[in-house]
Amino acid sequence: MKYVVSFGRFCWDFVVGDDWIAAALVIAAIGGTAALAHGGIAVWWAMPLAVAAVLYVSLRRAIAA
Amino acid sequence: MVREVRYVLRRMTAGVFLVLSAFLASAVEMVEALTIVLASGVARGWRSSLTGMGAAVLALAVIVAGLGPALTVIPINALRLVVGGLLLTFGLQWLRKAILRASGFKALHDEDEIFSRELAEAKTAAPLLRGGLDWYGFTLSFKGVLLEGLEVAFIVLTFGSTQGSIPLAAAGAAAALVLVAGVGIAVRAPLARVPENTLKFAVGVMLTTFGIFWSTEGAGGNWPGSDAALFGVLAFVIALSALSVAVLRRRKRDQLVAAGARA
Repeated sequence: MKYVVSFGRFCWDFVVGDDWIAAALVIAAIGGTAALAHGGIAVWWAMPLAVAAVLYVSLRRAIAA
Repeated sequence: MVREVRYVLRRMTAGVFLVLSAFLASAVEMVEALTIVLASGVARGWRSSLTGMGAAVLALAVIVAGLGPALTVIPINALRLVVGGLLLTFGLQWLRKAILRASGFKALHDEDEIFSRELAEAKTAAPLLRGGLDWYGFTLSFKGVLLEGLEVAFIVLTFGSTQGSIPLAAAGAAAALVLVAGVGIAVRAPLARVPENTLKFAVGVMLTTFGIFWSTEGAGGNWPGSDAALFGVLAFVIALSALSVAVLRRRKRDQLVAAGARA
């Protein structure tokens, strides 16, 4: 059980790191982009804009911490 | 004919990006792993340290050999969506830290300092001999190489499978291994002169660029100009990073001036 918990913690640190809100926003942005794409809208601009917003939020949180 | 030339150029662009990204990311991780192996070797003996490194490389080879073929079975759009999302969360961590380091909000990565710390810890630990090996040295080296190497394996597998060429990504990583190991053996000291913070910045930019590109394609979007749009995304991420560094540097300077005025 100890090894499973350690492995889970390692995976979390590896992918999500110390800012889970940024990771959650990335997932939400991908979901939103997929929804727009399925609605027939050209979405190539969506992820760059979303990344700019996520980076802004993440940097603000890092500096405030 | 023109269409064929364009197709070849696009594939070459993506290939160069792939090898360069795998090379840079691998080089950064290998410099960090080398520091740990050197500290372990100097403090606890080279036999244990090199055996630990060899065992970790073997474990990584098994992981890559096991997961590589499995990833090629997944439908390409699903793979790009998942890999794009993972690379974005992973890449934004690198980019955020690189921007904070470049603007003075986070201490720069210093291999000499890390080597001294690892060396001091390794020297004070009690000897633990098993099978002719010092297990502290073995474990320190094994864990260091495995953990740093997992990031390399992750990048090689995700980049390679999504671009349809794991061998090309592996070639970039192998070139980095040869270079870092060769220089490490030659100088037998931490590679403190490697511009590691700049390299980390470049890797953060590359990971974020590929993350944006593939997550958009995986979500069902199409890029104007297909693979050539990678250059546009790269330029956007570089501009965004440079702007962030400039804004945060000014903010840091203002903070220092305000602190100086209060003192």
